[in-house]
Amino acid sequence: MLEGSIPSRPVYGVLEMRPGRLHLVVADAEGAEAILELAASAPPDFLAAAHIVYIPKRTGDKFVARLEQLAPAQLYVGASYEAALPRLRRILAGAHMGLQVYLAGTEGLMGQAMLEATQAGIPHSAIQTEHRGSTARRVQCVHCKGVTEDVTHDPFQCAHCGLHLFVRDHYSRRIAAFQGVRIDAEDPGNIPESVERFR
Amino acid sequence: MTIIFKEETFHDDFTFRNSPEAVKRFPFPFPEDSYMYSVNLEPHKSYRPGSVYERTFDVDEHYVSEMRDRARVLAEDPLRCQSLPHMTLAGWDLLELIMTSKAQEYPELFELHRDGAKWHWINRPLGIEQKFTFLDETTLPYGPMEYITRQTQGDFALLDQRDDNLWMDAGMVTTQADWSLDFDIGMNFFEWHAPVPKAHEMGIFQRALKFLLNVQQGSPARRLNWTMTVNPLLDTSPENYHKWGVMKRDLTLENMGQMMHLRVELQTFFRLPRSNALVFPIRCYLIKLDELVTVPKWARRFHRVIRDLPTELATYKGFITNRPKIVEWLSRYDDGAPTPPGIWPD
Repeated sequence: MLEGSIPSRPVYGVLEMRPGRLHLVVADAEGAEAILELAASAPPDFLAAAHIVYIPKRTGDKFVARLEQLAPAQLYVGASYEAALPRLRRILAGAHMGLQVYLAGTEGLMGQAMLEATQAGIPHSAIQTEHRGSTARRVQCVHCKGVTEDVTHDPFQCAHCGLHLFVRDHYSRRIAAFQGVRIDAEDPGNIPESVERFR
Repeated sequence: MTIIFKEETFHDDFTFRNSPEAVKRFPFPFPEDSYMYSVNLEPHKSYRPGSVYERTFDVDEHYVSEMRDRARVLAEDPLRCQSLPHMTLAGWDLLELIMTSKAQEYPELFELHRDGAKWHWINRPLGIEQKFTFLDETTLPYGPMEYITRQTQGDFALLDQRDDNLWMDAGMVTTQADWSLDFDIGMNFFEWHAPVPKAHEMGIFQRALKFLLNVQQGSPARRLNWTMTVNPLLDTSPENYHKWGVMKRDLTLENMGQMMHLRVELQTFFRLPRSNALVFPIRCYLIKLDELVTVPKWARRFHRVIRDLPTELATYKGFITNRPKIVEWLSRYDDGAPTPPGIWPD
């Protein structure tokens, strides 16, 4: 579960099928469970008009067979979000009125896909989100601007500039990331022990 | 009125100083001996000749050096000035507001000649002369917001108004109290204030937003905010926190008067005519504690405010570690005498 937080942080809901001509579903890892539940409760014509983009990440094959059994109109299993991105952009570029977007899984996945969808002109009202699985965070270093994916520990070391950063709750939808700030800025070298805050 | 513009720096050797005249007009932000958040908004009307409230955009002795510091910061980090594509018109609105105000209120420093869309701008202190076509971006060396805010003291946030909210969709931010335009751009009023403790629960932001959504053209508003800064750094950005944060360690009772500064923001709010955007200038004034205690009323009051400030606020404002030292130093200037209400020197 996600802990309670501050107003810049998105609030996630539970996916529900809404009438549409195309249902674009983007999910990673345990987000597959949200798809399976959505499909189970939706009318049969949902899957006939569904394009599922799924990135298993650390769950490997665990959910892939069950997604295949759903037999959606299109199912794509991607090696990573970056690998899936050209396809996602192509789908969004060809989207017409009546597109419904469903995002499920980690905050990093949902945040980035949300950004793509809104930049493609999809209204917020046509995008749903459901958080599942890891609470690991995507964090931008405020100093060097590099983004570190799947941050589980706080403080952590920036993958780009190497500074030790603490993870704020302040969240930017435009960057789809939380903010990381040098923890020993006022006392260089005094770095507290890193603890697992996000699983 | 003649302003003698000072040659000074806000980095490295920190030669910034206030003249005795600048100290007298400093916007001391405490009308009483204690402080808590409030929606302290009032009309931005000309008030008290010589004070920072007299003119629409105050120009003071630090103008030229502050503009040089802005250029330095922008050269290091261009992300401090950004404008989302739909905000260009608001940028022109802002350029017009600043140029017409300054030309009217400081005729010996600034001139604006307009012949339809053909404009001719003269900025004497910075040695700038520019002929351009209003609303034609190709006739200026920068976008309109960047062009005019490179010539105007204070940070600027341009806020788009839609969905009953304000969205920070453009800005020039090089003199900020530890917030990042690059991170916050595109956020709404509640989102960019999210890290501020207590104020959300107190309903401060709901009330402030309601007020700001109703600011009308020609009726600007203002308020003061404050924090404390070690060394006269205009640029206390999160981006550079790993460079200036360490300076807090160097503070001692001996260097306190020269090194510690009260940092006051004069925040104003103007409705813009074409875009219906709101511009939010945030003008930073710095004063050394040595300068501040030359006004006995301010010395007594500032000691009491800092001593009694709730821990959460002292932490948020970044001086909790140094507070005992600051209070000890200030206590020498507080004899316990009562202070008259109001922010003015006496």
